[in-house]
Amino acid sequence: MTVYYTKEHEWLRVEGDVAVVGITAHAANELGELVFAEARDPGTTVEQGDSVAVVESVKAASDIYAPVTGDVLAFNDALTDDAALVNRDPEGEGWIVRMTIADASQLEGLMDRATYTALVG
Amino acid sequence: MTQSLLHTPLYDLHLELGARMVPFAGYDMPVQYPAGVMAEHLHTRAKAGLFDVSHMGQVRIRPKSGQVADAAHALEALVPADIVGLKPGRQRYAVFTTADGGISDDLMVTNMGDWLLLVVNAACKDADFAHVRAALGATCDVDMLADRALIAVQGPAAEAALVALNPKAAGMRFMDVAEMALAGVPCIVSRSGYTGEDGFEIGMANDGALAVARALLAHPDVAPVGLGARDSLRLEAGLCLYGSDIDLTTTPVEAALEWSIQKSRRPGGARAGGYPGAAIVADQLADGTTRRRVGLRAQGRAPVRGGAELFVDEAGTQPAGRVTSGAFGPSVGGPVAMGYVAADHAAIGTALFASVRGRLLPVVVTAQPFVAATFKR
Repeated sequence: MTVYYTKEHEWLRVEGDVAVVGITAHAANELGELVFAEARDPGTTVEQGDSVAVVESVKAASDIYAPVTGDVLAFNDALTDDAALVNRDPEGEGWIVRMTIADASQLEGLMDRATYTALVG
Repeated sequence: MTQSLLHTPLYDLHLELGARMVPFAGYDMPVQYPAGVMAEHLHTRAKAGLFDVSHMGQVRIRPKSGQVADAAHALEALVPADIVGLKPGRQRYAVFTTADGGISDDLMVTNMGDWLLLVVNAACKDADFAHVRAALGATCDVDMLADRALIAVQGPAAEAALVALNPKAAGMRFMDVAEMALAGVPCIVSRSGYTGEDGFEIGMANDGALAVARALLAHPDVAPVGLGARDSLRLEAGLCLYGSDIDLTTTPVEAALEWSIQKSRRPGGARAGGYPGAAIVADQLADGTTRRRVGLRAQGRAPVRGGAELFVDEAGTQPAGRVTSGAFGPSVGGPVAMGYVAADHAAIGTALFASVRGRLLPVVVTAQPFVAATFKR
């Protein structure tokens, strides 16, 4: 199972031909306890770098950018009533969206875990 | 960063406590500590939060005559509040008005017995000081007390935390001000704050601030709280943030701050008018305004933030106004906001729609504060 990272602190896990996307523990910690999350509607096509979801803390709203181009398949409904699940398990149960991967070559431009970890120190 | 940020006397303490620092009004200030905004907010309402508000401006007005009434009369030329009637050892909220009825800052005014103490917003303090000195300089000595710090302790445990350092604090009521020593440091203590909670604001010389802060933090119920939670606390309390909810374009009546204009300063009062924009404000007191600051609760969980446009209809064709501040209210357990709406839509219970990321979310005009104030009257 391969996980990729972006410099905007998203992670992308490849499951077959589907991407599961969330934010890193580092990002979740920086944002503080989340109170709300929502994603673009299923079926929406998003370009790499477009906002695919929004998470909000008490203080601010933050865009989650699509790590790759694809179609939104699903939002993690568990976050509707409990957005703080992202804080508790950011790279597991706190995933945010599932989406298709239109062009697998875009994955090559993302970081691996070691590179990302070095980036955030 | 081209311009160096100022530090309050508690800067090193903030770093020691693990604060995340952000630029605010020219200062490097703690936006949150490791506990986080949510926990800090809830701790303040449950126990007590300690806030460094040393960036705020403190201005001393000393009447050359020695009679504080002369300073009070002079200050009434700048604010619509009753300052002459403010008794020694008492504090009051006021606004500086402009010639067209706008607000150039909001402030707290204290009668210190033979002088007046103003506490003004950090971002406005230089302009406020110039404004006061220009208007009052002939009759008063006006000084910026740049050598003084200010610490707020807010929440139900604030009294116990103060009393542990000086039992005199227990006898104070809301908006009382008293001089007392805390941790061996001479302080000016007011029973006031900006969170909707009972609490105190404590002024002292810069070199005493650390000792007072450490003594207060030693109380088991007191935790440090940053600017993030300070904002959500004041919003839940229905209190305006200058620059967002009130500014040069909003009048005190539009802003629903009529309560800060006492009877003596209103038409028919003993010292009616006499402040900038008084004729406009008097007309608005009599006839109302075309728009009004109101509280708003969103129906869902999505926070409605400052800048969101408000509409009468779900299709978003009939504008109703605009949100000026909004956040998730941790104590309310949902989104809270305030903003200006057309007077026709300002009644409590009015259903409106807020534009958030292109969608129109239902909101309801709601009485403020969103949480009951717990002031010790």
